[in-house]
Amino acid sequence: MGFVEAVLLAVIAASTPLLLAASGELIVERAGVLNLGVEGMMIVGAACGFAGAYHTGSIAFGALCGILGGMALSAVFAALTLGLAANQVASGLALTILGVGLSGLIGSGYVGQKIDGAAHLYIPYITDIPLIGRVIFGENAFVYFSVALIIGLWYFLYRTKQGLVLRAVGDNHASAHALGYPVLKIRALAVLFGGACAGLGGAYLPLAYTPFWISGMTAGRGWIALALVVFASWLPFRLMIGAYLFGGITILQLHAQAVGMGIPSQLMSALPYLATILVLVAISWWRGRAGSPAPASLGLAFVPDR
Amino acid sequence: MKKLVVAAAAFGLALGAAISASAQEKLKVGFIYVGPIGDMGWSYQHEVGRRAIEEAYKGKIDTTYLENVNEGPDAERSIEQLVRAGNKLIYTTSFGFMDATAKVAKKYPNVMFEHATGYKRDKNLATYSGRFYEGRYIQGQIAAKMSKTGTIGYIGSFPIPEVVSGINAMMLGAQSVRPDMKVKIIWVNSWYDPGKEAAAARALADQGADILTQHTDSAAAMQFANDRGILAFGQDTDMIKFGPKAQLTAIINNWSPYYVERIKLALDGKWATGDVWGGLKTNIVQMAPYTNMPDDVKKLATETQAAITAGTLHPFKCPVVNQDGQTVECKGGTHLDDGQILSMNFYIKGIDEKPPAK
Repeated sequence: MGFVEAVLLAVIAASTPLLLAASGELIVERAGVLNLGVEGMMIVGAACGFAGAYHTGSIAFGALCGILGGMALSAVFAALTLGLAANQVASGLALTILGVGLSGLIGSGYVGQKIDGAAHLYIPYITDIPLIGRVIFGENAFVYFSVALIIGLWYFLYRTKQGLVLRAVGDNHASAHALGYPVLKIRALAVLFGGACAGLGGAYLPLAYTPFWISGMTAGRGWIALALVVFASWLPFRLMIGAYLFGGITILQLHAQAVGMGIPSQLMSALPYLATILVLVAISWWRGRAGSPAPASLGLAFVPDR
Repeated sequence: MKKLVVAAAAFGLALGAAISASAQEKLKVGFIYVGPIGDMGWSYQHEVGRRAIEEAYKGKIDTTYLENVNEGPDAERSIEQLVRAGNKLIYTTSFGFMDATAKVAKKYPNVMFEHATGYKRDKNLATYSGRFYEGRYIQGQIAAKMSKTGTIGYIGSFPIPEVVSGINAMMLGAQSVRPDMKVKIIWVNSWYDPGKEAAAARALADQGADILTQHTDSAAAMQFANDRGILAFGQDTDMIKFGPKAQLTAIINNWSPYYVERIKLALDGKWATGDVWGGLKTNIVQMAPYTNMPDDVKKLATETQAAITAGTLHPFKCPVVNQDGQTVECKGGTHLDDGQILSMNFYIKGIDEKPPAK
């Protein structure tokens, strides 16, 4: 296996959980809801996913459990912010705290247990093509799904009527409501979808990346997923670029350290975050005249008048 | 009026007697952990120690713990919380709790405190730590015997003296067997991030390291090594389950005997402040069974362990030469003294990378 190939494989492996979780949050925010609880939903998804796979030996069943776990937590968020019109920022933060606690509870019986991780695709001869074989034809199902998800999201948002309605709800919920669209129902579905994706992204960690369970294994990836959505200015393909860029810098800084380039490691570790800030500044500067790319109703509660 | 005062005094005495009586009945002991007890590493090993004293002094003590306590301002509040809950002996088990512990200890002179891996002490604040560098030296020798590429991959957490001295000890051990051994170091700037630890392990392996060691707390690197078919050393706890084909040995942080001894002193009213820095000899540092290696390497490791335990071999025996080729002052007579090891911020000769903290 060549060095470049090894690096590419590592980058994709590190980026996939971010991409999965951020894809869901992109749809949530496009519907005008800001759910800061991604970290909480991810870690619950991770715990549920591991528990499911541990008992059945099936990674697919584990992934399903992760999806359901994330969705269950997001349902709590939907009930609070959509049903009761509670503050989205506060509810999202509370959701993270709740999720971290819950995951510890769910996972308490599994601490230190391990499973066999997700299998990688192998097609004779094709997977063995140097340089690109394993990168394109030798990944696990999560990776292929995350790429398909992005393409699907793009198609949904820009090529279907439902996607247009979702964007309308996010940009101006009052108008969408006046046109007769069920704003709260659409938002609730979006939030559940976001929970499912975050749960799957979380489940990727104990099912494919580091196949064992210990508490707190998401280690802040949910927050990075949130930042990526802004980084991508709410566009699916840019989200994919952002996730791979972020994963890429993370992995490359590790390699740069191992080579011994003599740059302080603290600075290296901060590089992905610095890059995110720089791109954010560049985007807002570049987009200054065109107005903010954020959905106009993002984070605002909607209470239909009766 | 006089009667009232006497009555009040009597009441006060009775109250005081009642308090001391109940305190004599059961000693309340509190622990503060920096991570979750489910980390299977650093905090978990302290939790093992807590369970050991519960078992050893059944009916005589009550223990509680707070996990996942941040090393920031939260720490002080959490320690105070344990004091107010009536704990008379409190263990704060991470370096970052040092200042908070010292502050609270000053405020409550009647409560005993013990802080792990720090250097601030008081009348009622003792410190304790492990000489983990002793285990690192043995690991270095094993690595030099077992490595084909001649390169060790080292995953560091933060460039603090404890970690730097571990890297140096490992390389001194390795050089004692094979002078041209190399080390590649990656700092992940975290104690605990399984994903990042695995990514660092992968990067080190991709760059030619065939023996991995870590100063971070999860088993991610061990599991990766096992999948990759290379070798690795466990950290904090025996990680053989994650690396049945990979683990050579592991440094086990064994706090139980220390805790059992200290609780006995406290129960007998003989507790006193001080500093305990125990290693292989006092069993605070233990080595997991030597596995996945031929008998001659096992023999060498066992002999080195015996020599360090007996005190005939010191990992930092003089002369120690730093990266710049200068001989480090030998303050301990035949080896570097504890102060030099506890404040180590240089790399020894043979490590190519720049020291991170300068």
